[in-house]
Amino acid sequence: MLTIREFDTRAGERFADGEIPGFVHLYVGEEAVGVGACAALEEDDYITSTHRGHGHCIAKGLDPKLMMSEIYGKRDGYCNGKGGSMHIADVDSEMLGANGIVGAGPPLGTGAALSISQKGEDRIALSFLGDGAVAQGQVHEAVNLASTWDLPVVFLIENNQYGEGTAVSDQHNAKNLSDTAAAYDIPGINVDGMDITAVNEAVTEARKRARNGEGPTLIEAETYRFHGHFEGDQELYRDEEEVEDWRKRDPIDTFSERLIERDELSEEELGEMREDIEMEIEDAIEYAKNADDPTPDEAYEDMFSQRVPDIDLFVEQANARADGGTRGGEF
Amino acid sequence: MASAELESQETETMTIREAIRETMREELNRDDDVFLIGEDIGVMEGVLDVTGDLYHDFGPERVRDTPISEAGIIGAATGAAATGSRPVAELMFSDFIGVAMEQTMNQMAKMRYMFGGKIEMPVTVRATEGGGMGAASQHSGTVHTMIAHFPGLMAVAPGTPEAAKGLLRSAIRSDDPVFFFENKMIYEQSGEVPVDEDFTIPLGEANVEREGDDVTVVATQRLVGESLTVADELDGDIDVEVIDLRSLYPLDTDTIVESLDKTGRMVVAGESPLSYGAQAEVVSRAVENAFYSLDAPIQRVGVPDTHIPFGPSLESEVLPDADDVRNAIERIA
Repeated sequence: MLTIREFDTRAGERFADGEIPGFVHLYVGEEAVGVGACAALEEDDYITSTHRGHGHCIAKGLDPKLMMSEIYGKRDGYCNGKGGSMHIADVDSEMLGANGIVGAGPPLGTGAALSISQKGEDRIALSFLGDGAVAQGQVHEAVNLASTWDLPVVFLIENNQYGEGTAVSDQHNAKNLSDTAAAYDIPGINVDGMDITAVNEAVTEARKRARNGEGPTLIEAETYRFHGHFEGDQELYRDEEEVEDWRKRDPIDTFSERLIERDELSEEELGEMREDIEMEIEDAIEYAKNADDPTPDEAYEDMFSQRVPDIDLFVEQANARADGGTRGGEF
Repeated sequence: MASAELESQETETMTIREAIRETMREELNRDDDVFLIGEDIGVMEGVLDVTGDLYHDFGPERVRDTPISEAGIIGAATGAAATGSRPVAELMFSDFIGVAMEQTMNQMAKMRYMFGGKIEMPVTVRATEGGGMGAASQHSGTVHTMIAHFPGLMAVAPGTPEAAKGLLRSAIRSDDPVFFFENKMIYEQSGEVPVDEDFTIPLGEANVEREGDDVTVVATQRLVGESLTVADELDGDIDVEVIDLRSLYPLDTDTIVESLDKTGRMVVAGESPLSYGAQAEVVSRAVENAFYSLDAPIQRVGVPDTHIPFGPSLESEVLPDADDVRNAIERIA
């Protein structure tokens, strides 16, 4: 959780300073969901993520250095600079991608679970989705397929109270988003998404069901994003008081206080962890800043497993000089 | 003329429908990672009887019936392909792609590129296109231009049983997403097909079905057969070369240019609506790469930018046929 907090806080700063192109959606405040969930998974379980995916990546074990390089658009990044913040992926870590389309992850999660089922593998898929995604038609199709076929997948709704800039209550008639599970005859569970152990227990149970051939579980974790929808968001849809109230439930503070109370962690140890992580993220930023940009011609790579002549033809045409002759010859 | 691939090969006669079904059967037998997924492809044996008895041979997991959920089907196939399976999804009527376009254009087509080439996407999508059976506008469209246009997707649209077999096998074995467009009016068309269970036709290769010196007709799907008929009728007056384009993307620019260098005249015939259609891309490639070989304006044959109407008199009016191809040839020959 500390690594995610530091990574995203620093990424937000670097973005504000204009070092990071595009836009970034930060996970600050929601750390207990991603970390609690991924801690309940086995290493080779698949996840699909959302546009707010940095936390899921770190929780799944991705390297902050290569993540930061990707966010900076560098060749060393997880996607060679082609994906950026919204599309970080690492198939080797069974992380099937952050996703710029709200609601697109669950069909992919269902597909991964279908693969697992076809191959008879001993693992599961978990799809993170936001409260906004619950309103998407393709999410319904994905959950319906998975429940009809009892596929080994967990759908975890991160209800951070706003779908972009519109409150959950203005987007859904259901009182709890997990109530929609009843329509699929699967368990719908509501947990405190600011409590890492609550999330962890729910996902552990759901994973067990999935592996036992009992099909998917729909979990709603109530959480809150401390930053705007994207960095630079004016946040006209909520007031400071509401944000402050949720900040009092900061998942890192509450969990570390609990650990200290139980003598499982000391203030000194916590301080050391924070310092180590600050250094790790500072190193990641320095690494990313100094990493090589992709060369422009790399834009034409990776479309297919093999290069197609069409792309080469168009590039050749675009680069041809007037005196270079043409393929068509002369009159 | 039989294609080059058929020479010195043992062949058997089969229809396009059989060629598609038998290719799927052979690939299901060959590779445990291959499975079929789609609406009514199993128990019901496919609405147009293409999957046929495969369900009975391979069972409900390898030939998987789905709810009516095109976005779910394409999304699940994409997720399965991303995790080591080799799904062959059937969209039934190609018009239904609209329901699944998000997963097609933003997930299936983009994942490899967005992930820096670090993922394979070995998925095949089958869909049936075309008018001619009174199925009306929402079950008769030819939408392959949209797919061929969108970067990251390959698209093939065979016009013969041999091409159907060779291209479908290449599609299933490819590590890239390939849309396989069938024309519903030529399922019963029969021809010689190699019996070799490894027979493939490379994605991106057109085929000269009939050689000629005067006019090149580049055709797709149903219009391949119609153009060959016209070429035979005109034999003696106009020497027509007929090319089955086979692959819409990648597109075989070389074969088009070579033919134009010889004939200098070209008709492009398909069932796409004309504006911005697949025919237009063939014309562009020709103009850009063989402009100095042209002796006459290139002619396009297709649907004149309408939907496919229901009533037989209306439907036959808008659908391109042999007469349209003949008129186009005679305008420039």
